[in-house]
Amino acid sequence: MTFMNMVKSLSVAALLAMTPHAAIAQEAATTDVQAEAQATTADNAAAATEAATETSESGAVGSYVPMKPTEGKGMPVDGGIDFQDQYSKIGQQAYAMHNYILMPIIVVISLFVLGLLLWVMARYRAKANPEASKTTHNTFIEVVWTLVPVLILIGIAIPSISLLAKQFEPAPEDALTIKVTGYQWYWGYTYPDNGGFEVISNMLPAEEARARGETPQLAVDNRMVVPAGVPIKVIVTAADVIHSFAVPSLWYKMDAIPGRLNEKVMQIDEPGVYYGQCSELCGARHGFMPIAVEALPMDEYNAWVQAQGGNIKGEGEDEAEASEAIEDETADAETANASGEENTENAEAGSEAAAAPAN
Amino acid sequence: MTTIAATPDEVHADAEEHHDHVPPFFQRWFMSTNHKDIGTLYLIFAVVAGIIGGAISGLMRMELAEPGIQYLQGWASMMQGSAATEDQGLHLWNVLITAHGLIMVFFMVMPAMIGGFGNWFVPIMIGAPDMAFPRMNNISFWLLIPAFILLLGSTFVPGGTGLGAGTGWTVYAPLSTTGSQGPAVDMAILSLHLAGASSILGAINFITTIFNMRAPGMTINKMPLFVWSVLVTAFLLLLALPVLAAAITMLLTDRNFQTAFFDAAGGGDPVLYQHLFWFFGHPEVYIMILPGFGMVSHIIATFSKKPVFGYLGMAYAMVAIGVVGFIVWAHHMFTVGLSVNLKMYFTAATMVIAVPTGIKIFSWIATMWGGSLSFKTPMMWAIGFIFMFTVGGVTGVVLANGGIDDAMHDTYYVVAHFHYVLSLGAVFSMFAGFYYWFPKMSGRMYNELLGHVHFWIFFIGVNVLFFPMHFLGVQGMPRRYADYPEQFAYWNEIASYGYAIMGIGMLVFFANIGYSLFAGRRAEGNYWGEGATTLEWTLSSPPPFHQFETLPQIK
Repeated sequence: MTFMNMVKSLSVAALLAMTPHAAIAQEAATTDVQAEAQATTADNAAAATEAATETSESGAVGSYVPMKPTEGKGMPVDGGIDFQDQYSKIGQQAYAMHNYILMPIIVVISLFVLGLLLWVMARYRAKANPEASKTTHNTFIEVVWTLVPVLILIGIAIPSISLLAKQFEPAPEDALTIKVTGYQWYWGYTYPDNGGFEVISNMLPAEEARARGETPQLAVDNRMVVPAGVPIKVIVTAADVIHSFAVPSLWYKMDAIPGRLNEKVMQIDEPGVYYGQCSELCGARHGFMPIAVEALPMDEYNAWVQAQGGNIKGEGEDEAEASEAIEDETADAETANASGEENTENAEAGSEAAAAPAN
Repeated sequence: MTTIAATPDEVHADAEEHHDHVPPFFQRWFMSTNHKDIGTLYLIFAVVAGIIGGAISGLMRMELAEPGIQYLQGWASMMQGSAATEDQGLHLWNVLITAHGLIMVFFMVMPAMIGGFGNWFVPIMIGAPDMAFPRMNNISFWLLIPAFILLLGSTFVPGGTGLGAGTGWTVYAPLSTTGSQGPAVDMAILSLHLAGASSILGAINFITTIFNMRAPGMTINKMPLFVWSVLVTAFLLLLALPVLAAAITMLLTDRNFQTAFFDAAGGGDPVLYQHLFWFFGHPEVYIMILPGFGMVSHIIATFSKKPVFGYLGMAYAMVAIGVVGFIVWAHHMFTVGLSVNLKMYFTAATMVIAVPTGIKIFSWIATMWGGSLSFKTPMMWAIGFIFMFTVGGVTGVVLANGGIDDAMHDTYYVVAHFHYVLSLGAVFSMFAGFYYWFPKMSGRMYNELLGHVHFWIFFIGVNVLFFPMHFLGVQGMPRRYADYPEQFAYWNEIASYGYAIMGIGMLVFFANIGYSLFAGRRAEGNYWGEGATTLEWTLSSPPPFHQFETLPQIK
């Protein structure tokens, strides 16, 4: 059982690892055909995902329906001048630090300098003060304006350092792992703990986004679905150039760099749809590879996983073996991602290598 | 701050004894070894580059004025002479942001501040007849011309998805290596090589000049602050640019000779490039602002009729900024996956810079305190500089926090921040310096009314243009986007109006220059009166072709 499952899941993983590259190849061939090309590629990728899903096990064709986003939650608001509402503990802490510590300090400093300037301009204009003083030194005041900023900065540094420490608290060892891969110009979300399937996420065309009640340029066809309320170990990497996986309402940003596995914990307070956009220049369609994270209660998440043909974490698999396979897979996928042009070959080689220990 | 033994009249008389042997036109302007003529060439070059770089930002604001892609595809079609695809249009966007950044940094601010004002006034202010290496000075300038041609030319050759280098001014690998096929990025890199070589030669020249050619009595601690600022800047150039040269050379070999410095598959690391780039890139931002600090110090002192407050503190604050500027680079890379210790270190080190910068801000205000202020155009720009630079500085303190930067990084907040310190900081100081010294350089007074009109329109324009970008940034709008979700439309539209206002201000500026060059009142030697105490005010306006044939004595 376990052996068969693993072979299956690994072959699915290999197939999935290849689909995006196939998509790239296709795209390269059709760049001249313009707008449709992108749509076609997206469709193909989606089709491939579906096909792969079917081949694996299927069965529980889901009750999953993409969640309707809530207006103003997890997305920018019209003409907004503040941060987006925060839906993670880290986000709330950072937001509080910015709005209640940094903002007051910088506003007061700016107004203080402005006030001084205006007062000096009025008080010491040539008419009001025809005779200029010759004062050029005042040790006391110079010491004051050196030490006071130092104290202010120390006051900022203390909460800042503690915020950083908080952000780097690692996820518990048994946390769900999701791998995010940036491609030119879409995202792939791999679920190694749930059987290793990959969801390919492309931006929706504007009309389709509107039809679904979502904001164009933020809406995607397949979202990154995650469980709400639990820490998730997100591994961020890229297949071609550097991208950056960013979700403002979660205070989350991590660069996706080929050859690197960047890890950052994501914990979302409540179910919802949270949008983000690629935040590192990655070529022509840099602005057109949005991120949509859909957080679901754990049971709904599990249902979604099954609908994708994956299996629920920790169920039906020998734990040790499973995690071993995951490690191998991640490592292999990494090798594949690392090399720019020979991706497909490497992915194939990788899948063979990954299959080996299972025997 | 320095007392000059030679009175203006004496030096003046001395200059007029000999007739200046001004070479004929071609020799004077194309084979120049005269620091003032080379300075003028640099300034003209910077103005031309500034017009091009500014026009490019106009195109960008036009496209961003409302959501959707309105113009890019059409412009791309015009550039390549055939119908452009949507992707080629979007690539053009990346070419525009790349060109805007590179032009403004390497071909506008640096040539104007260091090449232009530095060349013109550093030798005069230290009482030297010319730069230490006049011919090297000439090649410094003339290297910029092919550099600029290479950069402009790169926009018309293939660079991957479309024509031109679309990598951003940071030229991050692997987008700039495997991600951009075609000669455009190679041309842009070679352009940076040439511009870098030009700056290194210039830096060597300034350091040598300042160390060896000061007039008798002009000790280091009596040097005018502008000279101090150029000295510190020259050291930053000398130490930072070779690192850039190395980094972009590695890019070139990665691109063309199958090396793998920045290719993970070959054992390299894309993040290594970022470390190298920002080791140069962060000092570079101080290179762009330090000469401005120097100029503003002179202008504030002149129009307050008071010596600079805390001269030594001001000088050593600049040295401190220069030194600390080399150990904060990774705050540009807070999201690449640095370890927690690195992030804490770079957070703390970055905030340290606020201390010497604060010293400077308060010392300028203290210089005005008790003075007798006259609000001539240069003074308006200098005061505007102090406030705008403060605003840009405090948002820098916000960004310095690694934990806060997770939300701010690569958003419009960063764009707002660095435009407040550069476009409102460095550029304000350049306008201040320009109005301050234009009559000295040209011999003609500018029009005071037009100068004030220019200041106010420009001041309002750039604030309307850049302040809303803070809002866009905290709301999460990423940089380098040709299009955006409609929620960002409101502030983008306002920002584009701001650009238009600023553009009108620039028209007033050019009208003023045109008017002054031809019809401006003749300028006296020291047209600012008692507040202006440095050596350039002892000379005629414009100064003689060769000044200080007899070295002035500084008490």
